[in-house]
Amino acid sequence: MVNADPQPTRPLLQMRSIVKQFPGARALDGVDLDILPGEVHCLLGQNGAGKSTLIKVLAGAHQPNEGQILIDGEPVTIPHPVAALKLGVATMYQELDVVDGLTVAENIYLGHELSTVGFSNRRLVAKNTRALMKRLGHPEISPHREVGELSAAGKQIVSMARALSHDARVIVMDEPSAVLDSEEVENLFRVVQELTSSGVAIVYISHRLEEIRQIGDRITVLKDGRTVAQNLQVAQTPTSELIKLMTGRAVDNVFPAREPVAEEAEVLLAVESLGLKGEFSDVSFEVRAGEVVGFAGLVGSGRSEILETVYGARRPTEGTVTVGGAKLRAGSVAAAVDAGIGLCPEERKSQGLLLDEPVYRNITLSTFGRFAKSGFLDEQAERSAAQEQAVALDLRPAGVERHARTLSGGNQQKALLARWLVRGCRVLLLDEPTRGVDVGARAEIYTLIRDLAASGAAVLVVSSEIDEVLGLSDRVLVISEGRVVHQGPADSIDEHGVLDLVMEGSAA
Amino acid sequence: MSEQEVSTATVVDGSAHAGSSGSSGPASARRNLFNGSMGRNVGLVLALVALCIVGYVTAGERFASIDNVLTILRMAAVIGVLSIGMTFVITAGGIDLSVGSVMGLSTVWASTLATQTMAADTHWIVMVGTALAVGTVCGLINGVLIAYGKVVAFMATLAMMVGARGLAEMISNRQTQIVTVKPFLTFFRADFIGIPVLVWMFVVVAIAGWILLNRTTFGRRTIAVGGNPEAARLAGIKVKRHLMYLYCLVGFTAGIAAVMMLGRTTAGSSTNGLFYELDVIAAVVVGGTLLVGGRGTIVGTVFGVLIFMTLTNIFTLNNMSTSAQNVAKGVIIVVAVLLQQRFASRTRSD
Repeated sequence: MVNADPQPTRPLLQMRSIVKQFPGARALDGVDLDILPGEVHCLLGQNGAGKSTLIKVLAGAHQPNEGQILIDGEPVTIPHPVAALKLGVATMYQELDVVDGLTVAENIYLGHELSTVGFSNRRLVAKNTRALMKRLGHPEISPHREVGELSAAGKQIVSMARALSHDARVIVMDEPSAVLDSEEVENLFRVVQELTSSGVAIVYISHRLEEIRQIGDRITVLKDGRTVAQNLQVAQTPTSELIKLMTGRAVDNVFPAREPVAEEAEVLLAVESLGLKGEFSDVSFEVRAGEVVGFAGLVGSGRSEILETVYGARRPTEGTVTVGGAKLRAGSVAAAVDAGIGLCPEERKSQGLLLDEPVYRNITLSTFGRFAKSGFLDEQAERSAAQEQAVALDLRPAGVERHARTLSGGNQQKALLARWLVRGCRVLLLDEPTRGVDVGARAEIYTLIRDLAASGAAVLVVSSEIDEVLGLSDRVLVISEGRVVHQGPADSIDEHGVLDLVMEGSAA
Repeated sequence: MSEQEVSTATVVDGSAHAGSSGSSGPASARRNLFNGSMGRNVGLVLALVALCIVGYVTAGERFASIDNVLTILRMAAVIGVLSIGMTFVITAGGIDLSVGSVMGLSTVWASTLATQTMAADTHWIVMVGTALAVGTVCGLINGVLIAYGKVVAFMATLAMMVGARGLAEMISNRQTQIVTVKPFLTFFRADFIGIPVLVWMFVVVAIAGWILLNRTTFGRRTIAVGGNPEAARLAGIKVKRHLMYLYCLVGFTAGIAAVMMLGRTTAGSSTNGLFYELDVIAAVVVGGTLLVGGRGTIVGTVFGVLIFMTLTNIFTLNNMSTSAQNVAKGVIIVVAVLLQQRFASRTRSD
């Protein structure tokens, strides 16, 4: 652990060795965090490092299994979100939690309405709201405006005002700049500075290192649910050091060896200047038989949208998708599936599986019609085909009659892969194939993906984990803000390079 | 269903928790699944048996006579056919509030002077064809609005419920249209092996519905669309088209029900089928089909219909008001839904 400087003042809030265990995953594994009054404390870490879980613990949305939270040196428990607010800890989530249909004032006092004998005291509420808006530098926002009419920046101000209305001493901001344009970011910074000068501490989460340089005081870095560095002074810590701390360990040897793809291998998937208005534009790439191509980029960079558009689940506004030489009808999943494309979606449970149906019916969800004879199902054939894949993919438990709900994340992923293998897909699109999958099963899934490629499939992988994309793929596309900012062989770029590209793109 | 089947089902259902966590070879799991749905039906059988006991105690031979049983079945037939169609739509996560109105409109259209004259000149099947066509087209309009127009099913079918009823009033001029085509009446009012043709029709529709839901690709798609529409779409199922077919299907069953109604009451009227949608939805949900979609049971629906009709019959035999009857129905619906939720949370926690 890096510990750069002794702390000058007594911390306002301390988190000590926080552990949070979820079924099958240890999201936090000993996190320490010290927040001083009046500072902007930046929390850095890659996706999945545990930042979101940590702030949910702080907000009372999750209960830690171990560890201690101290406020002003006194141990406290935060059993629910209201308790957090009472202790002066307010959280602004990435998805702004304002109610569009209510007015600014109603939103700010939602849940702690000011009232006299049951009647809401509208005049007092309006007066307080005006004062808050003035303090936040937006006196022009009327307390009676409907929040739905405000811009994202305006909603953020309302969210901040709500935090202040609780007399918050610590405000946690989860990627507050993600929804703002550069001018609005400037105003956000001004507000943050004003808040800190009055003694409020800000916990600031952002992927944009530029911003952290601009307003941050100290940095804590999380990685794999642990604090790997704390009390770093922003001014004295070079960016390269930060990236190294975030990415950490050398890439483990979990990735199977890859065979070079033959030059003359058939191009199975060709995407040409594909675009979807407001999401991404001018995306072109090819995937050959036997090749694994990876998409690296942050959440919200447009990588999943590209994948879904290739699959026909979204209708592109420009460009074409060609599979095995034949152009695909735009915006039709059925056409894509018929052409031999299969998608394993990002959200397995909500987009992939029928949780209360047996595993075999999930595996044959796109093929039951093939097994059927003139419209009548042949469940016996379905079962044996599913069973065959279950054995081939080492599905555990191997029984295909149990409900999909009972499978672990890794095995649900295998069931989805099996769906397309039964169909004999030649092009596989995998969105976050190892999300929520434990380390052991990850290695298995990596091996499966490489085996599929070796057997002649073209595979496209999207992942938030850069080391996964680099370790698994033959070629890598770096996506930032809906554009392909880099395309090349996976071994020609490293994690630092990708992060540099991604951060550069999003700071613009 | 025989006594024995019922008793084995209860036993296996009781051990279902142990079975689901333990080994699950294909055979044992299939038995669990089979008996799982059978186990749910046990409750319905018990409810029906309890009702029959109440009926016998309160009304004696008047209740337990063959004639009375046939009366119950004849009444159950029309609602029953509608309920089979509704089971499909609800299994797919939808709803159709217009079944009663569409049935009413179909009875009116099939019994207009023009239709009856044509039927008298050619064949009574013309009336049947008219009713089926009217029902199916109404379903098609619902389906297109819901699947392609992205109108919420509740609203689209609410509009159809109001609109079809109004159209029926316009066509009939609010007059009752007596069916005069004798062969039509002879056919639908006849008995076959001592059981009314109407009841046979219900039996045939129920069996066809069971096969369609449980043994065909159409049924599998229905369950998939109801269970997880996004997963179904991403697996390549044409979800919108299937939804449209489903509303056509329920419209078609409304057409069948209209024919049966004409046969039973010998009159086409714009008031036919008033409030039937409520009885139909109640019967389907009490039968165990999940309102949120993803699970449907034809057998359960048949029991649901029989339970409601037996209840009505008992109240009538005892000269009790329809108001009291409605209170009892309300209680049954609430109890059934509460039980269903308990069941749902139990399966979810495996």
